Amino acid sequence: MKRIALLGMPNTGKSTLFNRLSGASARVGNWPGITVDLMSAKLLIGGDIAELIDLPGIYDLHGFSDDEQVVRHFLSNNEVDLVYIVLNATQIDRQLSLALQIRSLGIPSMLLLNMQDEAKRAGITIDTPRMAEQINMPVLQLSAKYGNGCPELLQKAAEILHKNKEKTSVDDVAKRLEADNQIEAEMQSIVENAVQIPTTLNNDTSDKIDKVLLHPWLGLPIFILATLLLFQFIFTVGAPLQDAMAWLFDTVRSNILEPLLSTAPSWLHGLLLDGIYNGVSTVAAFVPIIVLFFLVMSMVEDSGYLSRAAFLMDAFMAKLGLDGRGFVMVLMGFGCNVPALMGTRVMRAKGMRLLTMLTIPFSLCSARLQIFVFIIAVLFKPSQAAWVMFSLYMMSLFTIFLTALLFKGQYKNNEPFILELPPYRFPTARQIWLRGWQEVRHFLVRASKFIIFGVVMVWLLTNFPSNVPAASAGTYAGQIGAFFSPFLDPIGIDTQLAIALIFGFVAKEIVIGSLAVIYGLQGDALMTQMAQNLDWVQGMSFMLFSLIYTPCLSTIATLKTESNSSAFMWVSIIWSIALAWLVSFMFYQGARLLGF
Amino acid sequence: MNLLHNLESGDFAIISGINAANAEQSLCKRLMALGFRVGKQIEVMRKASFNGPLHVRIGSTDIILRESEAKLIQISH
Repeated sequence: MKRIALLGMPNTGKSTLFNRLSGASARVGNWPGITVDLMSAKLLIGGDIAELIDLPGIYDLHGFSDDEQVVRHFLSNNEVDLVYIVLNATQIDRQLSLALQIRSLGIPSMLLLNMQDEAKRAGITIDTPRMAEQINMPVLQLSAKYGNGCPELLQKAAEILHKNKEKTSVDDVAKRLEADNQIEAEMQSIVENAVQIPTTLNNDTSDKIDKVLLHPWLGLPIFILATLLLFQFIFTVGAPLQDAMAWLFDTVRSNILEPLLSTAPSWLHGLLLDGIYNGVSTVAAFVPIIVLFFLVMSMVEDSGYLSRAAFLMDAFMAKLGLDGRGFVMVLMGFGCNVPALMGTRVMRAKGMRLLTMLTIPFSLCSARLQIFVFIIAVLFKPSQAAWVMFSLYMMSLFTIFLTALLFKGQYKNNEPFILELPPYRFPTARQIWLRGWQEVRHFLVRASKFIIFGVVMVWLLTNFPSNVPAASAGTYAGQIGAFFSPFLDPIGIDTQLAIALIFGFVAKEIVIGSLAVIYGLQGDALMTQMAQNLDWVQGMSFMLFSLIYTPCLSTIATLKTESNSSAFMWVSIIWSIALAWLVSFMFYQGARLLGF
Repeated sequence: MNLLHNLESGDFAIISGINAANAEQSLCKRLMALGFRVGKQIEVMRKASFNGPLHVRIGSTDIILRESEAKLIQISH
């Protein structure tokens, strides 16, 4: 099989191009020589099946950040047929150096000048035949966002793959690189010959938006307000959808599944309906809210506002031993902690990276969001809901800041802070849709792996041994709850909630699924029953604990691989459980003391 | 010697050097890759409150950097 590597600077639309070329068929895979996972997809190019691998965005092949090492190791340990070098056409005058570096490795390459549309608007003209001649590789202009130039790109690749039958390998990337001053001089000469850039480059729209959003005093309040409005939007639109889903699952159960399984043995009936169906459908009812959440997240990510948030928050983050990028990672963590942890690879100083990684698991991810939406709906009035949710997000930020403050002495560093600020962009409907679909698929994969396993386990624990009533103190679940009660009673968490918390260690999606199984109910019936069993102080304590203790096994595994240290992983686990207990204890006992 | 962090927002200058003695090699390379090259014009767009980062523009690239990194960039008018 042919192998094509996709390589480029950050913020060049490399991932957009990858998504455009791969459709939604991308898979994560392992590669020799590197410890991290890379996305790859299979493409049909001129009759050959070719594998396209998305390498991390890098500025320089010499660099010492983890991302730059990943690219170097990949090229040293894996033979490739072709490298696509993606550069931002509007910034060609400085980015061409990367293409020249790759060329000196001797791998067949194609230079792709992306964001053709933006370059055109900025008045930049590039003589591609001339550039191709001077740089000695095919050059194409394209717009990955709108798909212009993509057919040509595949056609050209087919020609190259057809011509070169053998793969190329590079023994030692570091040694093969040409001297920088040579590259510098050649870049200047190519740009002078083949590119025309207007003397004044002004992106008026971005400048005007920046005047407001980066305003010295209004910038931060606007950022906070914008975040609140987005969350408000998600819940206003998402809540009715979630109700509709819950109703649908309820109807399917009573009208189709119950009659269908009426003759089945009672244990099978129980396992399938009270176990798997109740558990999975309770979780699945949240899919619309999660989809909506990720659609909004991907819009914000692609808009360029996140790096502005880094600008606004950097001074504050510096006091915590972090930097503005750390704040962006925390925001990314609101979606899912795992990619946020991987995002820290752009940091070069180990101390900064570890400190950021220690804070990310406290970021209120979408899986925890499901628990909170559910519990809040059970125990609070609709008028209070938004404020309770807001306080949980504040708590998430508070634990992040507290963790950084307490541990910054251990992870001292002098990481430089330099970040590119892309112009504001509005993602196309296709980009948003692709991203949303990826997240839904991710959810369904998790659902089939963890949630079904989790709810079946919970059902078994709450229904066996079979000589005692289901969910009573005599079951295995009851015994486990009793074992943990000295630890959980002081924070108001009863046996049922304890079992949910224990399985929440695997993945937070299991928590509400297992509550449905433990109570043997779903939908409105489940909510009514839970509202009778719990008061709001217990519910809040449960939510605080769920928020702060370790998010899921995937996060723990990522912490270990990314830090390459079991000790660091244990520090994170122990600190988060200890902090969770302490916060819940103070809240629960405090509220009880005050008479609630 | 004039350094970038001394500029006020709205000021223009020409980059006259990167203070390599105070910067490690890899940081220099990162700065170069982002467009900090001798002879280029640089504009300070704004400075964040509370001694936060500077927002600068070189050609078509906008960059934010802390004062400690701005101190590495020598400029002339």
